[in-house]
This record gives sequence, C-alpha cells and structure tokens, in this order.
Amino acid sequence: MVDIGLGHYLSVAAILFAIGMAGIFLNRKNVIVILMSIELMLLSVNINLVAFSQFLGDLTGQIFAFMVLTVAAAEAAIGLAILVAFFRNRGDIAVDDANLMKN
Amino acid sequence: MGIFETLTFTLPELALAIGSMALLITGVLLGDKSTPQISYGCVGLLIIALVLTIAGPAPQNPSIFDGAFQIDAFATFAKVIIFAAAAIAILMSHNFVEGEHGRHFEYPVLIVLAAFGMSLMVSASDLISLYMGVETQSLALYILASFNRDSRRSTEAGLKYFVLGALSSGLLLYGASLVYGFSGSTSFEEIARVAAAEEDNVGLIIGLVFLISGLAFKISAAPFHMWTPDVYEGAPTPVTAFFAAAPKLAGMALFARALTVSFPGVLQDWQPVVAMIAIASMVVGAFSAIAQTNIKRLMAYSSIGHMGYALVGLAAGTAQGVSAVLIYMSIYVAMTIGAFACILMMRRRGGMTESIEDLSGLTKTNMPLAVILTVLLFSLAGVPPLAGFFGKWYVFLAAVQADLVWLAVIGVLASAVSAFYYLRIVWFMWFDEPAPAFERDAGPSLRFAAWGSALLMFPVLTVFIGSLRQVAENAAAALF
Repeated sequence: MVDIGLGHYLSVAAILFAIGMAGIFLNRKNVIVILMSIELMLLSVNINLVAFSQFLGDLTGQIFAFMVLTVAAAEAAIGLAILVAFFRNRGDIAVDDANLMKN
Repeated sequence: MGIFETLTFTLPELALAIGSMALLITGVLLGDKSTPQISYGCVGLLIIALVLTIAGPAPQNPSIFDGAFQIDAFATFAKVIIFAAAAIAILMSHNFVEGEHGRHFEYPVLIVLAAFGMSLMVSASDLISLYMGVETQSLALYILASFNRDSRRSTEAGLKYFVLGALSSGLLLYGASLVYGFSGSTSFEEIARVAAAEEDNVGLIIGLVFLISGLAFKISAAPFHMWTPDVYEGAPTPVTAFFAAAPKLAGMALFARALTVSFPGVLQDWQPVVAMIAIASMVVGAFSAIAQTNIKRLMAYSSIGHMGYALVGLAAGTAQGVSAVLIYMSIYVAMTIGAFACILMMRRRGGMTESIEDLSGLTKTNMPLAVILTVLLFSLAGVPPLAGFFGKWYVFLAAVQADLVWLAVIGVLASAVSAFYYLRIVWFMWFDEPAPAFERDAGPSLRFAAWGSALLMFPVLTVFIGSLRQVAENAAAALF
C-alpha cells in the first residue's frame, strides 16, 4: 500500500485542470461541453485547496473552497442564461458558428 | 475594533451594495418604464459612494477585516476614478436606455454592481477577497456584454466574454490555490514574508505565473487579448464604453497591488514575465489596429496597446513605476470615455454607424465633433503637449530608472507605429471628401463627456499634470 500524500492530490487536480483546459480549446462542437470544462477546472482548484488545507492544518483553504463553489454556481447560472439567449438568436449552439465577428 | 466601527470604513461599498438592491426592487415594482429614474438613482448612488470614499471615515490602520481589505490612498485614488467613470458611463447610455433595445431597468443597476466589484478589487489584499472582487465585477460584465439579447452579435460577444472570462478565472484560481498552498496563507503580507524568505519556492513561483496570466486576461493584455476585439465590437456601444474604461483601471490596480505587495521579494522572477506581456501587448496593439475598418475594433486594439504601456511602469516594480501606472491609467480612462462619447455621437437616421470611413470629411459636416476627436486621437497617440504624452513619459521614465532601458525603447517604437493609425483617422476627418452628416441630437451628457474629456487632455491636465503626479505618488507610496 502506498500512502496517499499531498503530491497525489495535487497531481489529480493538475490532471483535471489540464483536461478542463483541453476541453475548452479542443472542443469544436458544443458550448455546453465548454461549460462543463469550466466547472471541471474550478473543481480541480477545490481539490487543491482542500488538500492544502488538510496538509497545512489551516482552515482558510476550506473556506476558500466554499467561496469557489458558490461563485461557480452563480457563474454557471449566468453562463446558461447567456447560452439560452445565444440559442434563441441562432438556433444552435455549435462553437464553430460563433463567428459573426472575424478579422 | 468593533464590527460596526469596521463597517463604517466600508460605507462606499455598503452604499453601493444596499442601494443597488433597493433600486433593483424598485425597478421590479415599477417596471421597465422606470428605467430613466432608476438610471438617475444609480448615478446618485455612485456619487454618494464617491463622496463617502473621499470624505468618509478612514481607519488608523489601513488594513481591516483581518487584513482582507485595505482602505489606503491607493484604493481611494482608484475608487474615485472608477465611481466617476461608472457614473459617466450610465449618463452616456441615455440614448441606449431610451431606445427599444435597452429599455430594461437592470442596465444601470448592473453597472453599479460592476463598480461595486471593482471597488472590492482595488481594496483586496487577500487571495479570497481578490477572487470575490474579480468575480463580482466579471459576472455583472458578462451580462452587460450580452445585454442586447435580441442581437446575434451581442449574445455572441457575451458568450465569448463569458467563456474566456471563466477560463481566466480558472487560471487565476489555480494560481491562487498554489500560492496559498506553498505559502500557507492567503494574506498578501504573509505571502510576501514567505516569498522573501524562501527564494527557491518553485510552487509559489508557478502559482504566481498562473495568477499573472489570469490577471492579464482581465486587463486584456497580449497574449491573453483574443476576446477583446470581438467583445468590443459585439457588445452595445455604451457597454463597450464602460468596458474600456473603469474595469481596466480596476484590473490594473489589482495587478499592481498583488505584485508589489505580495511578491516584492521575487521581483527578479516576475519582472521579465510582466515585461514580456507588456511588449506583446504594445506590439499587438500597434500592428493589429492598422488594418481595422470598424472603430470599436480599432479602440479594442488601442486599449490592448495602452495596457502594454501601463505594464511597462509596473514592470519597473518601484513606487515610481506604480505611480506612473496610476497616472497613465487615469489619463487613459478620461480619454477613452471621451473617444467613446464621440463614437456614440456617430448616428445617422436613428442608427449607429461604426465604420471609420463614416468619419471622412467630418470637419466639413460637424466641426466641433471633429475638433474634439482630433484632440483625443492626438492624446491617444501620445503627441505632446497633450495629457496622453505625459502618461507615456512617466511610464517610460520609471522603466529607464529601473534599468529597463530596452523596454522603454521598445515602448517608444511601438507608440510611433500606433501613432500611424490614430493620425490616419485625423487625416480622414480633415482632408477627405465628406461622408453624409451625422445627426446632431446627441443630448447633453454625451456632449459634456466629449468636451470635458477633450478639455482635460488639453489644456487642463497639461497644466495640472504636476498635481496629478503628486496625488498618484502619494497613492503609490501606500503599497511600499
């Protein structure tokens, strides 16, 4: 058995963060997937914060994680609202179609 | 210190938060027809906050709420400009709010909420309050960008701004979590102690780089500027006018406080990063703007370039550098508001026009507007003796005195290139065949903003640049 240490948590968080980032840049199909990727990035940060908090024996990190959760919820609500407005004007939510302004 | 005594120091923020809620409820009760009254209420609220910022009670020890919030000269300086810029932005939106697309009472309230977030940002001295301030501002701005919800351009701009803004928040947060983990605290002062003591703390430096990337996104510095042209072009013009002014100052102030207060011990690590971002922004701003035909897009690239010049001062990392950043940003905010007031006056047959060609021969059809725009464009280009020149002068001077001569030289070259596209518009206005005239019913607030801004650039600030410099130096000293 290996002891699960801080390094393991940080690695998981880093991998999740990278997946979230890749999801935003590589995805060409659907804006909903982008919203999910954003959520994944924010949650990976939470893993970081809670792991550090436990490792340091300091509660601040967990308080920070709660703040992030709250803001992430508000952010998702606004993101979906904008997405609905976008869909009403466009009829679909493909990423490639968001190209009215180009240069 | 009791909680009530502490709260009296945050009266401007409390006034904005409570007042905006009250106006929101009033708006719901009275309906969209009350939009003009709500607008004036919001302007009044911002003026109250401005007065409270200057004349309200100040704590003996600038750091309150366990060091999460700073009430110092630096924050006061930034807040005064932010509240004033937000109030003018609401007044300038008069035509928009009266028109069919903007007749929603939420519009001015959202600007007040964004201003509230900005005032949290410039006072934040803790990673948590930094994040909360940035998000309070950003969430309001995402909605404002897509405010014209029946327009495809506006919703697309909002969507792009939201996705890239959320991405940048993610970067900022990831950096904040690493900084917290490797320093053991979220407070800027505590982080500074650890950063100075452990110079080889790699985790802290990686966190710092993420933090810088996230903040660079918020102030639209290259290479994190991709969203700016699309959002500026797509968002309703009054909203763009607001975006280009106050949020930039708030972001830059936050950037300056985060770097100079928490990381002075590792200046040699972040100085090259900030210098590179500054160079990239100046170059992108100078070269990409040349080919633009849409004036809002041109202003977007222009603002990217201006962020680059301001970052030159920040890269110096000295008190002189930070005061130069404050001088630069306050002049930038004033001239941007004026430029957008002029753009908002480009109306024909009830519709807005945004093409640079529409300005051709403006001297023959509308001499006052042409004169104002000429003054502002010369100032944006940094031609002496206008105020824009002094902004650049102090920034480059700070860089030279911090042994960054090469950075100042690149800055001067970039501003020479960018002068080309500003002066090209001046050439169109004075020497081209006239395009059809604009409507003349601009309304008093737009005229006031345009004239006020032009007069500030020349001659008011030319004469009083010394006093502005003194106030900015006093403000910057609060960080060191």
